[in-house]
Order: sequence, then C-alpha cells, then structure tokens
Amino acid sequence: MTRSAFRLTLMSLAVMSASITAANAQGVLNLYNWGNYTPPELLEKFTAETGIRVTLTDFDSNETALTRVRQGGHGFDIVVPSNNVIPVWIEEGLIQPLDLSVVTNFDNIAPQWVDVPFDPGREYTVPWAWGTTGVIVNTSLYDGDINTSDIFLNPPPALQGRVNVIPEMSDIITMAIYAAGGESCTTDRDVLRTVRDTLVSAKQHWIAMDYGTVDAYAAGDIGAGVYWNGASMRARLQNSDLAYGYPQEGFPVWMDNAAVLTDAPNPEAAMKFINFILEPEHAAMISNYARYSNGILGSEAYLDPEMKGAPEIDVPDALVGAGRFSESCSAEATNIYTQIWTELLQ
Amino acid sequence: MARDFSINRLPGFASVAILTFFLLYLPIFTLVVFSFNEAASMSRWEGFSLKWYEAAFQNRQVRDVSIRSLWLAATAASFATILATLAALGTTRTSKFKGQTMIYALINQPLMVPEIVTGVALLIFFAAIKVQTGYTGMGYLVAAHTAFCIPFAYLPIRARLETMDNTLEIAAADLYAGPIKTFVHITLPLLLPGIFAGLMLGFVISLDAVVITEFVKSAGQDTLPTYMLGQLRRVVTPEMNAIATLFLLLSVLAVTIFFVLSRKRA
Amino acid sequence: MDDMAGNKTEQATEIKETPKRHLWNWILCAPALTVLVFAASGPLLIVLVYSFLAPGSFGGITWSFSLEGWFRVFFSRDIFDPEIVSLNTAHLTIFWRSISLSLQTTIICAILGFPTAWFIATRPQHTRNIWLFLITIPFWTNLLIRTFAIQEVIRNQGLINTTLIRFGFIDTPIQMMYTDFAIFLGMAYVFLPLMVLPLYAAMDKLDIRYLEAGYDLYASRWQVLRHIILPLVKPGFIAGSILVFIPSIGAYVTPRLLGGGRSMMLGNLIELQFGQGRNWPLGSALALTMLVLVVGALVLYIRTVNREEEPRHG
Repeated sequence: MTRSAFRLTLMSLAVMSASITAANAQGVLNLYNWGNYTPPELLEKFTAETGIRVTLTDFDSNETALTRVRQGGHGFDIVVPSNNVIPVWIEEGLIQPLDLSVVTNFDNIAPQWVDVPFDPGREYTVPWAWGTTGVIVNTSLYDGDINTSDIFLNPPPALQGRVNVIPEMSDIITMAIYAAGGESCTTDRDVLRTVRDTLVSAKQHWIAMDYGTVDAYAAGDIGAGVYWNGASMRARLQNSDLAYGYPQEGFPVWMDNAAVLTDAPNPEAAMKFINFILEPEHAAMISNYARYSNGILGSEAYLDPEMKGAPEIDVPDALVGAGRFSESCSAEATNIYTQIWTELLQ
Repeated sequence: MARDFSINRLPGFASVAILTFFLLYLPIFTLVVFSFNEAASMSRWEGFSLKWYEAAFQNRQVRDVSIRSLWLAATAASFATILATLAALGTTRTSKFKGQTMIYALINQPLMVPEIVTGVALLIFFAAIKVQTGYTGMGYLVAAHTAFCIPFAYLPIRARLETMDNTLEIAAADLYAGPIKTFVHITLPLLLPGIFAGLMLGFVISLDAVVITEFVKSAGQDTLPTYMLGQLRRVVTPEMNAIATLFLLLSVLAVTIFFVLSRKRA
Repeated sequence: MDDMAGNKTEQATEIKETPKRHLWNWILCAPALTVLVFAASGPLLIVLVYSFLAPGSFGGITWSFSLEGWFRVFFSRDIFDPEIVSLNTAHLTIFWRSISLSLQTTIICAILGFPTAWFIATRPQHTRNIWLFLITIPFWTNLLIRTFAIQEVIRNQGLINTTLIRFGFIDTPIQMMYTDFAIFLGMAYVFLPLMVLPLYAAMDKLDIRYLEAGYDLYASRWQVLRHIILPLVKPGFIAGSILVFIPSIGAYVTPRLLGGGRSMMLGNLIELQFGQGRNWPLGSALALTMLVLVVGALVLYIRTVNREEEPRHG
C-alpha cells in the first residue's frame, strides 16, 4: 500500500516539476503587479509581437511589494506601485529612470498625468490605471444625496446597520480627515480628535469592515459602503439600483504606475513593455479588464461601450475639485493614525 | 427495535458525526453547483454552463498557479512527513534525554507564531541568501512549507506512536530480527495510519499557506492562495469555483487511485 | 513543555535506554531540526532583534536600540497628550478576544470532532480510509474559496434562508452573516480536520479488549467513555487541541469574511504593524508576546491534563 502510493507520488512529482521551474529562462519578462489587474490578452499580444514571454506574479499591498523588492533577490523587472508610495521607491533608488529612446510612446500620456506630484515630469513611471475611492449606495434603500461621506460617517436611518467599510486604514482615516475639514496626512490634534470621535460613533452603524464582494452589494446583503469606483461599476452592472457617490467633503484619487526596477534582470524587455502599454489600444485593454481609467490619450476609442461615460469613470465636473491625490504620510502621522485605527477596531 | 449491543457504539456519536459531515459538505455542494452557473454572480442561478471551466482552462496564470500549488503541497508534505516520522521515532517511547525540551520547542515553533511574522523573517533571511547565491528557485518555498508542515505532520504521528504498545516489536527483537527489519515489518505498518494522517494534514496545510508564500516567492512563483489573495480586494469570479471543483475532483481521483492500488496489493 | 512527551510512554517502554539510544534520538531528529532551524526558528531571531530597534521611515527598521516597541505592547501614550501614559487596553482587549475565540473554536472542534473520529475509527477496517478522506476532501479547496462558499450558504439570500422561506418556516431571512455564529461556524470548518485526524490516529489503535473488560464489569457507556476511552485517546486529544488552538489565535481571514471584521484579531493587529502601520518593532514585539502567551498556555494545559491523570496511575 505504501510502496505504490510512494511510487505514485514520485511519478507525479516528476511530471509536475517540469512545468514549475521554467521562469528564469532567457527572453522572459517578470511583471510584479496587483492581483487580477493584468489582462492575459495583453501579455499574449506582447509575446506575439516581441517574442518575449511574460511571467506575472501578484502582490496584494504596496507594503508587501516594497518590502519584497527592497530586500533584493526577487527577479522582477517591472513593478506597479500606487502613487502614494512612488516617492519612496524613487528615493530609495529601487526603480530606474525611463529610457526615452525605447519609450517612444511617452507623449501618449495625457498632459494632466505627466506633471504629477509623486513623480514630477514622469522621469521614472508611466500610468497603469487610476481611480477613486468613494461610496456605493443601494438607491432602493436610500434615494437622498449620495455625494457625501455622511453615507458612512453619519449614515441616514435607512442605511444604519447596513454599511460596509473597507478595512484600509489610510483610505478611511483620510476620508474622515477630509470630512472634518483637514488636509490629508495632518497631525493637527483638533482635527484628529474629531476624526476619532466621528469614526467611533459611526462604527455602531456599520455591519462589517470587509472588502465586501461585488456579490454582497448586488444581492443586497450590504446596503452601502466605502468602495472603489471600478468594483462599484461591476456591482452596478449586476444590480442597477447601486450608485457610486463622490463625497464632496473630499475623496482620495489614486493611480497605479508601472516602473522598471533598478535591479531588473531584463531591463531592455522591461522598457519595451512600458512602451507597449502606452499604446492607446493596449491601455484600453487594461481599462476594460480592471474597469479603471488609464490616463493615455486616445484610449477612449477602444473602451468597452459600458465604460464610456459610466458614472463611476467620469467624475462629475462639480466634484472634480474634491478629489485629491492620496499621499504617503509622515511616520508621526502614521503612528497616530495606527493608534486611532487600533482604538476604533479594538 | 432491537439493536445489536455493539461494543463500539456510543449513543449520539453517529448522529453528531453525520451532522458534521453534512455541515462540511453543504458549502462544498453550493460551490460545485455554482461553478456551473451561467451568470457571473455567485448569488443568482441563471442556467447551466461550462463557461467558467473554459475560462479557467484558457487562463494560463490560473493553470500555472494551480499546478504549482499541487506540486508544492505534495513535495513539502512528503518531506515534512518523512522528517516528522523520524523525529517522532526519536522522541517517543524513550526515557527523558538531554535537549528533549528544546526539540519539542523547535518542532512546534512554526505553529506558535502568526504566519505574517514567519513570513517577514523568512523574507529577510532568504532574500540575503538569494542575493548571495543568485539561486531564486522553488527551493525556498519547499523549505519554508516543509518547516511549516512538520509540526502538523509530527503531532498525529506521535499520537499514534504513543498509543501503540511495543509488544510486537519486543517479540520481533526476541526472535533476533534486526532493528531495521523490525521497523519495516512491524513498526512502520502499525504506524501507517498516523503517517497517513500526518501526510494529509501537511498537504492541506501547505495548500492553504498563503502569507508565508506571499513573502518568500520570487518572480513567477505564485501559488493558488497568493493568486486568490490578489483577488480578495477585487472581484472573485466563478472561475475560482470552477478551479475549486477541479481540485475536489482531483482529490477524489487521487483517493480512488490510491484505493484501487491498495486493493490490488491486498 | 517537556511533559508533552507524555510521561505515559516511559512506563510502556522497555527498549534499551542507554546513552546510545539517546544518540539515536538525536540522529533521528536531526533532519527535521535542520530544516526547522533553517526555515523557521533561525530566521525568527531576526524578529527578536527587530523588536529592540526603532522603526524605519517606511516599514523596516533603523539600526538604533529602542524599547519603544515593547513599551507600546502594554502601554499607550494618549494621542492628544503624550504625557499621559496608560495601560494599552486596546491591545489587551484584542489579545483576550483572540484567545477566547481560539478556546471556543477548540471546544467546538472537540465536540464535533470527537464523535466524528470515533465514528470513523469504528467503521469496518477497509472503509475507514474512505471516511478519513471524506474529512479532508473539502480542504483541497482554498481557504478563501471555502469561506466564500460558507457565505453562500448563510447569507440572507443564501441556501439556508431561501430554503427555509420556500418551505414557509420563516418570512424574513435570518441574519447569520456578520454574526458570532458565522465566525464559529467558519472557524470550526477550517480547523476541524486538525482535531479529527490526530484523534482518529489515536483511536484507531485502541484495544477493544479494554472496552469489553469495562462492559464485563457492568460499566455504563458513559463510564466506559469517561474512564476507558478518554484516557486512552488522550495523546490524540492533546495533539488535536494544540493543532486547533494555536493556529486559530493568529486567524483573522475567517473572522473578517464571516464575522464582518469590525473587531480586530491579534493576527490583524500584527499584520497592521508590518503593513500600513509601518511599525515593525511593535509588530515584532507583539508577535513575541503572543509566542510567550501561547507557550505559557500550552505548558499550563499539558500540566493540567497530566496532573488529572496522576492519581489513576499512582
């Protein structure tokens, strides 16, 4: 009994190991990106055009990606961090400047996304996708104004006990700071006192602090919540009662950006890939897959029809000003935020 | 109703066991059914469809991570079981010896720290080795998973050894059987249920080990759990139900083959 | 901790107890220890060192000695007036929540797992392995997928509620998602095989003659269970509770997905420090505190269990 089982194990091991360890061959590009963010068609097309095979590895948070790359020995060529951590990547010399002789499509980046605070003049990074963090509301439960952070900070009676809040410390604290009239990353104690009190008293109206699946919103398990625009759009396509709101008190705008790592094993291929995703058609592939905007001129023409003019994608003119780039806060601010967060969730 | 007076029967136990099995399989049943759902939603049924299986098969990443997970779990669990069996033999049925306490502490240590801590520690340590040696293969993941599985494999094997009396082994020794012969023909067969339990535990533990993998993996070494982790904040598609169903099918298949083979030998 | 060897084995063993045998013990353990030191315990020393350093500006550490991490495990400075130092009740609350959740999970797993293991161990020899596999098959699916599947069963429009409504037992769905019930269901689900398998491994070898002897002496089923079966499967039971109790202290995915995650678990708290909180020294100190707690609980548990047994053998 054991012997046969053992032989079987050995056999299957031999068969499998062939397909496991083929990652570091020549002409392979290693992409390190957020999970479920990279359309397979995009990679296939890149391979078809250049002969370079792409291996995709996922990360689940900016902190994990930064820690992982900082320690070295990772084998990645391209990484896609969010705007708020880009300065850290640049400062620590983890990513290298763009090689404009290869990245000839640089001018396709929409002008408003070139001179960005986190990478002035785009010396290191190019846009992958951008979006907003706002609120989602089931309008069959509540049909009042949804462009306000009161949806989760001071929910109307119809939504009390049905609100879900994503367990993202920086997003939630930042939105509460905006609602209290402060600036992001503030260390102003008066503002932060209001923030803490608001959050603590709001928590009793929350049913959960979870990432909340699209299904949970669509099926009505959750009545409202803090959510990202792309995910919100997916939920609305399943249930038309759902609407996305942009809090007028202020809401975070974020952008994920592709960059080539300083210790990339294959920087030439990496620059080619960077150039490849700046083609409008390819940028649109990314948008259609992840349901987020991309910041590349001319990509609109290739967008799926349901993305064009979608309320989750086009920020209403009146509310554009309320959107602010999220920042990476000082150690002091983060320290206080962590304490507030721990107190909130204790 | 006259019942046999079975020595083994304990009142209510069978009902609890059946209830347990029912609870175990209710979500699994839902998952399998919804993997055949036409709709992209997991909450509405819109008719039978195989499209999620098709999608899963066509997605190279999903295919790669599934195979890698199975391979890693099989490898790590096998290593862990072998090492744990040896260690169990070395630590049971013996008088106290110097360093025994330390051995227990070491064996059980991976259980006692949250995965994130082991993950960070391993990341820093392995990254240094990776930079020094230039080797970035699967060896690190195998080592990390093996270490993580050892306590899970060790405990059932030791529990088995402790309830085993050694009359037979002493008898064999009396009949001048050498220690190796005694081990192969007496101890090992008696120990098998424990080894088997340990192997299964190690396998499922490795299949689920997500945080450690996330920190140890190098380029191109995603496993199914780390792939799922990336989806957690976004959208979980029924594709995942299809993959899960295939894993279940595979486990049933493995079990069947195992039984056919063991029947033949018996 | 040394008592985990189970002192019972000492009386049972007659294999020669010489220094040579002890050398063999070490040789047998050496391969496992090597792997463990290389890929688990050794790197953990890094965590110990980090807990005495100052946090880096964006994660990581800076190389200067600091006790701030350890201080903050137990004490907190008031956010609005750093002069005020008090006991860190938030951390204590979270510690206690995780420990009590683990205890309850262990108890639930024991209540469900013991009869299940017994049921399997008393099947005819050739079908036992099939039942054993039936226990582990659900665990071939990923933890997250399994948890989502449980959501599908207990949500308001889920399998249970729709079935109950269809047959007219209830009019409005029972709220099961985001309750403590959901957490316990999910935790028991995740950890059940860790209880059943070691219990089974111990029961399988149980000598049936002991039970016969018990019944011959007119013992009731309850007495047989209490005085014969339980003591004999105790090693399996100890192994099972350890395997369930310890990992469930660090668990946080299940409480978040099923319980709603409005209250932090120890696992979240530590993850927060290594992630968004960017305070690795505090995270390291919290993790080591948890390690000490767990080891303490284990020693206490094993002492208690073994003491109970003493009179019977003495």
